[in-house]
Amino acid sequence: MDPHLLKKLNAARRDRQAAIMLTDLADGRNRLVMKGDPAAGDLGSAVAKAFRTGKSGVVEAEGQQFFLNVHVPSPRMVIIGAVHISQALAPMAKIAGFDVRVIDPRTAFATPDRFRNVDLAADWPEDVLKEQPLDAFTALVAVTHDPKIDDWPLISALKAEAFYVGALGSRKTHARRVERLTEAGLSDAVIGRIAAPIGLSIGAQSPEEIAVAILAQTIAALREPPRPLKD
Amino acid sequence: MTSQISVEAPAETFAAQLDPLMLAESWMLEGREVAVATVIKTWGSAPRPVGSHLVIDADGNFSGSVSGGCVEGAVISEAAEVIASGEPRMLEFGVADETAWRVGLSCGGTIEVYLERIG
Repeated sequence: MDPHLLKKLNAARRDRQAAIMLTDLADGRNRLVMKGDPAAGDLGSAVAKAFRTGKSGVVEAEGQQFFLNVHVPSPRMVIIGAVHISQALAPMAKIAGFDVRVIDPRTAFATPDRFRNVDLAADWPEDVLKEQPLDAFTALVAVTHDPKIDDWPLISALKAEAFYVGALGSRKTHARRVERLTEAGLSDAVIGRIAAPIGLSIGAQSPEEIAVAILAQTIAALREPPRPLKD
Repeated sequence: MTSQISVEAPAETFAAQLDPLMLAESWMLEGREVAVATVIKTWGSAPRPVGSHLVIDADGNFSGSVSGGCVEGAVISEAAEVIASGEPRMLEFGVADETAWRVGLSCGGTIEVYLERIG
């Protein structure tokens, strides 16, 4: 493998750009193809297909065998609330391969000291997410309990069809949340996408255990085939 | 200054160590010789998907995986030769492939691994 291409590939991965490392299996030579690079012929269409599906594999083109290793950006997790659960969840989610961001306007909570090496924004979600809106490749985890902070990003995530939307709170808290979101004009089916109570049911008690339950539920939403919406 | 060490939180360190290609780059920058093994084909029940990497240095240090730990030992010993010669190799591991390899996949699948040197 060409060391320069390895560097370029890693740089692309850090910048969240899709790239394919192409290896000629006959002579071992590599090429790095970025999404949007012009590519012609059979190999070109195989490359385009690989970008579309995100699937790596061996392809035959021009009488040769090539291995296409597709690197697509990792899913994001946006955590609303710089609380105890988030302190455990952020590093765990990073290890699991998520690009993690924690947002909380309460500066007492959102301190760099409590969140070392975590992308932390001590500001209102409305303002922070303006620059980098939520999308379908994002999981939204709302854990402040405070409707003033949680509701806007929840609505925003549901509208953006984020692949996972979870909100912390008891059944009672969630029932009131459902009322508010209904008043905001969201349908029952859309509101029904919110995972609440948040996390897989594993009897989690401590903040760290709850973080595991949330992360597992997020991974299930990412990897398992989508379930039909309730109406 | 001891703070240099203390500011490095474990999560960041683990995440970087767990990404074989990032680690391969930093090994390279340290002047270590490195080989990269990549799963390029799988048949049946295979523990790691196509595209998975294992990186190995000349001393046998490694990170990542191409199986759930079943065949890494064999790949690592092959890597020493690939690092020495610079010639890439194709390795195949299967459950019943006892003639060619002493190790196999207990899960019953077959995998093809491409092993190449960086540089």
